[in-house]
Amino acid sequence: MKVRKLFISLATILSLAAPPALADLVLPWLSYRTGPYSAGGIPTADGFVDYFTLLNERDGGIGGELVKIIECETGYNTQKGVECYEATKGEGSLVYVPLSTGITYQLIPKVSVDQIPLQTMGYGRTSAKDGSIFEWVFNFPANYWDGASVAIKHVLDENGGDISGKKIALVYHNSAYGKEPIKTLEKLSEKHGYELTLIPVDHPGLEQKSQWLEIRRGQMDYVLMWGWGIMNSVAIQEAANIRFPMENFIGIWWSGSENDVIPAAERAHNYKSLTFHGVGTDFPLYDDLKTYLHDKGIGSGDGTSIGTVLYNTGIYNAAILAGAIRKAQEIHGVSDITPAMMRDGLENLVVTDEIMASWGLPGFAPPFEVSCENHGGDGLAMVKQWDAQAKEWNLITELISSDKEVINPLIMEDSTQYAAENNITPRC
Amino acid sequence: MFYREVGEFKTSYPHDSGSFSIRLDKYGYYFILFIAFVVIPLMINDYWASAVLVPFLVWAIASLGLNILTGHCGQISLGTGGFMAVGAYSCYKLMTSFPDLNVIFCIILSGLITAGVGILFGIPSLRIKGFYLAVATLASQFFLVWLFNRFPWFYNYSASGQISTPERSVFGILVTGPNVDPWAQYMICLLFAFGLAWGCRNLTRGSLGRKWMATRDMDIAAEIIGVNLLHAKLSAFAISSFYIGIAGALFFSVYLGAVEATEAFGINQSFLVLFMIIIGGLGSILGSFIGAAFMVLFPVLLKNILVGWWEWDAAIATHLEFISVGILIIVFLIFEPHGLAQLWRLLKQKLRLWPYPH
Repeated sequence: MKVRKLFISLATILSLAAPPALADLVLPWLSYRTGPYSAGGIPTADGFVDYFTLLNERDGGIGGELVKIIECETGYNTQKGVECYEATKGEGSLVYVPLSTGITYQLIPKVSVDQIPLQTMGYGRTSAKDGSIFEWVFNFPANYWDGASVAIKHVLDENGGDISGKKIALVYHNSAYGKEPIKTLEKLSEKHGYELTLIPVDHPGLEQKSQWLEIRRGQMDYVLMWGWGIMNSVAIQEAANIRFPMENFIGIWWSGSENDVIPAAERAHNYKSLTFHGVGTDFPLYDDLKTYLHDKGIGSGDGTSIGTVLYNTGIYNAAILAGAIRKAQEIHGVSDITPAMMRDGLENLVVTDEIMASWGLPGFAPPFEVSCENHGGDGLAMVKQWDAQAKEWNLITELISSDKEVINPLIMEDSTQYAAENNITPRC
Repeated sequence: MFYREVGEFKTSYPHDSGSFSIRLDKYGYYFILFIAFVVIPLMINDYWASAVLVPFLVWAIASLGLNILTGHCGQISLGTGGFMAVGAYSCYKLMTSFPDLNVIFCIILSGLITAGVGILFGIPSLRIKGFYLAVATLASQFFLVWLFNRFPWFYNYSASGQISTPERSVFGILVTGPNVDPWAQYMICLLFAFGLAWGCRNLTRGSLGRKWMATRDMDIAAEIIGVNLLHAKLSAFAISSFYIGIAGALFFSVYLGAVEATEAFGINQSFLVLFMIIIGGLGSILGSFIGAAFMVLFPVLLKNILVGWWEWDAAIATHLEFISVGILIIVFLIFEPHGLAQLWRLLKQKLRLWPYPH
């Protein structure tokens, strides 16, 4: 019968689709170059892919092993993310980098069973910092609760340490991602006495008139933003429309790329955003990228993203993963590592200033150390500000450390709850 | 030639009114059941379960549900995503509040809760019709998703607003959670899909189904011949929501394991299910399955061919996927407005007479 034949031929096509595993170091990258979040997904993917292409071209891979990146398009959609994970996990994937908090939540239980590490740099589940419970999940160098605390500290600094009675609004993407900082901000408001207003923006965030009307009506002193994709640029334009002072508008590190501020042109001047790594192209690595990749035209994407904030984020993410691969090779003495060895590499990762310099990124980001107890790094971040005339970001603060007094108990509470729900005994 | 009716004599009324009155059809049906219940569980792996078959079955249940309402009773609904959310969140609340309750009952109870909500949102259908009803159900979609985001009680006050499924087993076999075997995951969905499809078939050819169809074809005429519209419409809403609620519960507990209302049950899902039944065939059970297969499996298939085989750029493949799914929808609507199920019916008709069509 026709249906049956069709089914059988479909079955063969679907099952043959998975290509055989290769001996390379396989890194799946769950990208999103399409959809409302592509403005964030494309530059990050370009940076990530370019860095590993550079290692392949310049050094012949890592420890003599070529790196193979499997890009799987998710469109920032959790269902597609799961499909990508299942499709690629059998290919010797060393570590998953989902670049989406929603997909991270999907994958945390799965990677723990399949024993493949998951690295979420500056996103994902914050309490995964507690490595004794989240054995396979790493979220260094900083997480959302650090981000929330750093933003509040910056506001404190600007107000001479007293912000009691100030009105602070949180404009957030109404998803697991945007809701992450709420608890921390509430705790901090108890401590510092500011008034917190929560303003959710639903996916994809193209319509924010009512939210910004609320901000204007409430005469907010500061606005923090947890946005991503198209939502960021819309928010900045709306803020400009209500003439909200841009220097009092602070975005998380995902809400601070060129794509977000350029649509508002001059009016985005002085907009602030957090960052856990440096800005610009003034690093020796960029010379190598130019010689080995961009001059030869083998870079990822169309080349417009080079040197942007998120491209740098992609580079940084790739660089620390490459560092972890080297560490794993060093610990186990083999170059063709397994996911379990990769986990050891991630857990024993030490990034010092000298190591950053050897990557061609001196002073790009603060040094940090990962340990069994601490999978989340030190939680240091800086504030950068947009200069609309020069069209560039400038770092305006030193590294600010997050308020561990408030955050650590919250992490403990959340991870202990997770451990209890899933019958996990702490490892260390 | 292929479909030979020669020598098949119907000697009793039950035989005459059977679902598969032609012998070959019946054997084909048993064969598919055999494949689904015996062969696939033996061969299934993680990828096939979580990326292909489980989503297919879950969406098939949802489109069966919507097909009852739209295909059989003629009431357009754009609230499918919202009703699936009701199923998912009630399943979550039941699973976490009563840890000892078997997950099968949790799923069925979530279907019942959704049926209640469905009746509530079905009440306007007594006064408004067509596009206006579509708008009213659209309101339910947005209201329900908003509700599950707004009140932290629904997601047990978790920091992220996500709900995630605890591990549960049936007869000692894990069916939810990350440690589940792919065959168990597939089997529980298959059992629900089979049971519900069987139920749907028998409902729609009974007196209730005839009432629904009379309402669909012309409600005033139906009322005149004695159909109680209140009963017909609300029962369609209730049963359809029951199916959709079960689909939502399975979607959350068995398929994804962790969801958040805005993304997993947005308006896109409502349209997806509506496309499934339009492409598959309104008022057809086979159509619900074919439609779900088309909308769920075709993108995966296309992606595997373009990216896996031909090694195309993943972004271009995704864009092409949007374009080709869109084009195919238009093509089907122009050339076969009654859906893929009608195509199958025509083919069967032709095969019956082949090779002597006159």
